[in-house]
Amino acid sequence: MEFFNNHKKLFRTAFLFFAGLTTLVAILPALNNQKNNQPLPGAEPLSADAVKGKNIYIANGCVGCHTQQIRNVDMDKMWGARPGIAADYAGIHRTDFWRNTATLMGTGRTGPDLTDVGNRQPNKDWNLVHLFNPRTVVKESVMPAYPWLFIIKKQPAKNDVIVSVPKEYLNGEEGKVVATNDALYLIAYLQSLKQVKLPDGTPTPDFLYKREQKQAGTTATSKELDGTALYTANCQSCHQPGGEGLPGAFAPLKGSAIVNGDNLELYVGIIMNGYDARAEFGVMPAVGTNANLSAAEITAIMNHERTAWGNNAKKVTEEEVKKIMDFVKLQAPK
Amino acid sequence: MKIRFKKTWGKWPLSIFMCLPITILAQTQSAGIASASNDTGLLVLLMIVLLTILVAVLLLSFEAKELVAKIRKKKKEKSTNQFDKYLENMDGSQIEKVLQIKQKQKCINKDSGSIKTVLIVGMQMLAMLLPGDSAYAQTKTTARGIFSEGGVLITIILIMIPILAAIVLMIVKLSNMLRKHRNRQDLEEAALFADYLSTLPEEEATEALSKRKAALDYNLTHHELSGEQEPADKKGLVGNIETEGYINFITRKKKAQKRPNIDPQLSKLILWYFGCAALWLIFGTTIGEYLGVKFVAPDIDHVSWLSFGRLRPVHTNAVFWGWASLGMLGLGYYIVPMVSNTPLASIKKGWYALCLINAAVILGTLFLMAGINNGGGEYREYIWPVMLLFGIGLILTLINFIQTIAKRKTKEIYISNWYIVSAIMFALTITVVAYIPNWQDGLGETIIQGYYMHQGVGMWFMLFTLGIVYYMLPQQLNRPIYSYSLGILAFWTQILFYTLIGTHHFVFSSIPWWLQTVAIVGSVGMIIPVVAGTTNFIMTFKGARHKIAGSYTLPFFLVGIIFYFTGSLQGTAEAFRSTNLIWHFTDFTVAHSHLTMYGIICFFLWAGMYAVVPRLTGKEAPQITVGAHFWLALIGLMFYTVPLMIGSTLRGQMWIAGKPFIDSVVHMAPYWLWRAIGGSLMWLSHIFFAYNFYKMIRRYETIDIKEVALERLKQQIPTPDKIV
Repeated sequence: MEFFNNHKKLFRTAFLFFAGLTTLVAILPALNNQKNNQPLPGAEPLSADAVKGKNIYIANGCVGCHTQQIRNVDMDKMWGARPGIAADYAGIHRTDFWRNTATLMGTGRTGPDLTDVGNRQPNKDWNLVHLFNPRTVVKESVMPAYPWLFIIKKQPAKNDVIVSVPKEYLNGEEGKVVATNDALYLIAYLQSLKQVKLPDGTPTPDFLYKREQKQAGTTATSKELDGTALYTANCQSCHQPGGEGLPGAFAPLKGSAIVNGDNLELYVGIIMNGYDARAEFGVMPAVGTNANLSAAEITAIMNHERTAWGNNAKKVTEEEVKKIMDFVKLQAPK
Repeated sequence: MKIRFKKTWGKWPLSIFMCLPITILAQTQSAGIASASNDTGLLVLLMIVLLTILVAVLLLSFEAKELVAKIRKKKKEKSTNQFDKYLENMDGSQIEKVLQIKQKQKCINKDSGSIKTVLIVGMQMLAMLLPGDSAYAQTKTTARGIFSEGGVLITIILIMIPILAAIVLMIVKLSNMLRKHRNRQDLEEAALFADYLSTLPEEEATEALSKRKAALDYNLTHHELSGEQEPADKKGLVGNIETEGYINFITRKKKAQKRPNIDPQLSKLILWYFGCAALWLIFGTTIGEYLGVKFVAPDIDHVSWLSFGRLRPVHTNAVFWGWASLGMLGLGYYIVPMVSNTPLASIKKGWYALCLINAAVILGTLFLMAGINNGGGEYREYIWPVMLLFGIGLILTLINFIQTIAKRKTKEIYISNWYIVSAIMFALTITVVAYIPNWQDGLGETIIQGYYMHQGVGMWFMLFTLGIVYYMLPQQLNRPIYSYSLGILAFWTQILFYTLIGTHHFVFSSIPWWLQTVAIVGSVGMIIPVVAGTTNFIMTFKGARHKIAGSYTLPFFLVGIIFYFTGSLQGTAEAFRSTNLIWHFTDFTVAHSHLTMYGIICFFLWAGMYAVVPRLTGKEAPQITVGAHFWLALIGLMFYTVPLMIGSTLRGQMWIAGKPFIDSVVHMAPYWLWRAIGGSLMWLSHIFFAYNFYKMIRRYETIDIKEVALERLKQQIPTPDKIV
């Protein structure tokens, strides 16, 4: 065939075919997307510190293991309240002259999704110590340590942010671990990662492929919730698998008066609204509210805490907890 | 008890082997994290040990019974029947001895004791070689304790070792005793047989035995078919004559055939491309190996330049733009002029391109390690100034190739050139699309990213490599490609479907639902080019399959073809929404990308290099190290991918079940270890490859005695014009 024997015609055709398809499936949809999407009204632009932090996040390739996208499937519910939408990313523009836009959506979850980590883990102390070496707080973690974002000082200055790192993670060095500005910027970025609420009246997209609930009877299922797993998912990274906490950072639950005591109002209140009454420990975030935990789930966690690690308190019932939850909701700081 | 035990030697090693893995198993169990499964594991283990002992005992007693029965039978029928059988089964030399003895008997007639003595002495000597200790046996019983305790476990294992040793020893001793007994029996029988021989009737026995001996001694002369003439190859049909035999440990592979000489300048350029590619392969996979180790030992270093997030793109980009791209281009510089039947348009441009691409990878690597990258999109981590160098290199190559094709001496453009030139055009297109900022705000970046990362794989690496295969495979098989039309069909359908599938990396994300659906449909459409291509390659093998065993390049091609089929279709399977639920975001993707980029691209590149380099240099790699390269790479790839796929599937299911995330990290630990092991094997195979490459290009000459001798002669004899 003449056509196949003419290199100009052949290669031009192949090129135009490919370029045409490229325009249709890549360039036009991309242009269309950036034209038709605006940031949500509630979205706040990153602070100056957070912008610097994002650059550190990019430089260290965190996107290799952490996604920032919540898919509209039920299994992603654990990472945020609603599926991500195009508007969530609309405010992200080219980083600078040298570097492209960084939506940082990622393609692999070796580590957890970070879309909403600002709500899920707002604790600065935890984040800093975790950054210094993740294995101080999560033994099984395979995340790299970032000690070069910290300095070890014999005598820290007044304004230095000191991180309470257990001795065995200091590699024999003496002194206090002080967070550098870079570490603080990075934490500022992580804490700014919060899913923005959709404006009132906008229908929230659904999570698809819902997990099939076993409809065996409502009372039976509520009791069967796995308190250990819920504790692992929501509490363990700070309070540790053995409930002993981390001295100087996170309060122990093992032998705790509140956990074992009868003041359930205080107990449920701490879980739902957070706690900052004791100077020697870090601030506890509103875990229950942030993770949208149900009364049944709170009950399971409480019962796990009240019976594990040598704790030996009476189990609580879902009804009790539900009543207190309605009450403490009113106390929630706005 | 009088028992006989035969074939015992065959069974002891068996029982030893059966015991060995159990001890090993037990040790690994105790070394692992203590868990509830230890209990059941130990029970299973004990069961296996007991079962082994039971089987051994049963076998022993069965054998013993059988032997006792035989002995009883034998004692009854010690008739002449038995001795006749012995006579029939005698070989030539034995018969000769008998005949000699008969001869002597004739002479000395009365001295009949001598044969008996000879036989008995022989047997006794045999018996003396055997140990004569009496057997003893010792058994212990194990008490069951609390199996979950590590100390108890270790203790049990320690006890188990001597017990098993004692059992083995017992079996050895017992069978020695049995054998001693059997020998005594045989001696008695031999004495009787000797008596029988001496009493045989003289004449007829000798005659029959002589006949038998003649029959047994018959031999072919080995000239029955060939005749007595000396062989001569008058038409020069036989080449590579081996005058010395060799031990056939491994199949001797065919040598590359000498080709019409290739321009030494081009040859040098191609070798430089391959050499740089090999260096990037070693560098890139050393980084990859180190990353694999970091999953097992995350605290192995605390250096910012070596941290996981920075090295990961260093690995992927070095093997993409350094190794695979340079390797492909090097083969392209061989193939494009070859199938155009014309010299390359410009060798200079080839050198410029090589320098630019190398510079891009070096600079890109340094930037990435220093923390300067483009913003996180996979395979476009290099910032634009770096990628610009790569792009200019590609533009130069494209011009060079098109100019070469333009002045081709053939009428048609061979299909390899379709693929190769298109691949370069498309690679340039996607790079431009990926680095122009105008359409990359917000989700635009993600849509372009999906498009770019998959076109990079499919339109650059896959298309170019297919072009290589369309030339190299028929050349290596010495037969035309099965169907030119199928190749054309695969070409156009590859462009049509592959271009669409980019966004399947972002299924369920916030990019438009219709675009995701298009990507999934396109992924299914990929079945057409993949099946067409695979069919074409496999059918080209038709009738030439025997050549695989005799070639060291064809196995690489075959593996590449198999992974082209399986790896590509796995990609289709991964694109569905249902499978995305389980596999997306897990290491399944990592396994898939290695199955394809390594299984397809790397194997095809190695095949091409092993085929081309000997043609350029006239030197070949040692066959044994080529084999080592092949098997280590293949087995390593399997160890890398299979556990990772299994582990990731389970991890995805854990996520669906709503298990705590950290549990899924703990779950992956053993699979990550397997990945590191497989990766190490792959890395080792690359060392072999580098060695082979060195062997193929090494400068120093091996002396060709014939050539040197001719050279000497030439110097001694004055040149003809001087004579005239």
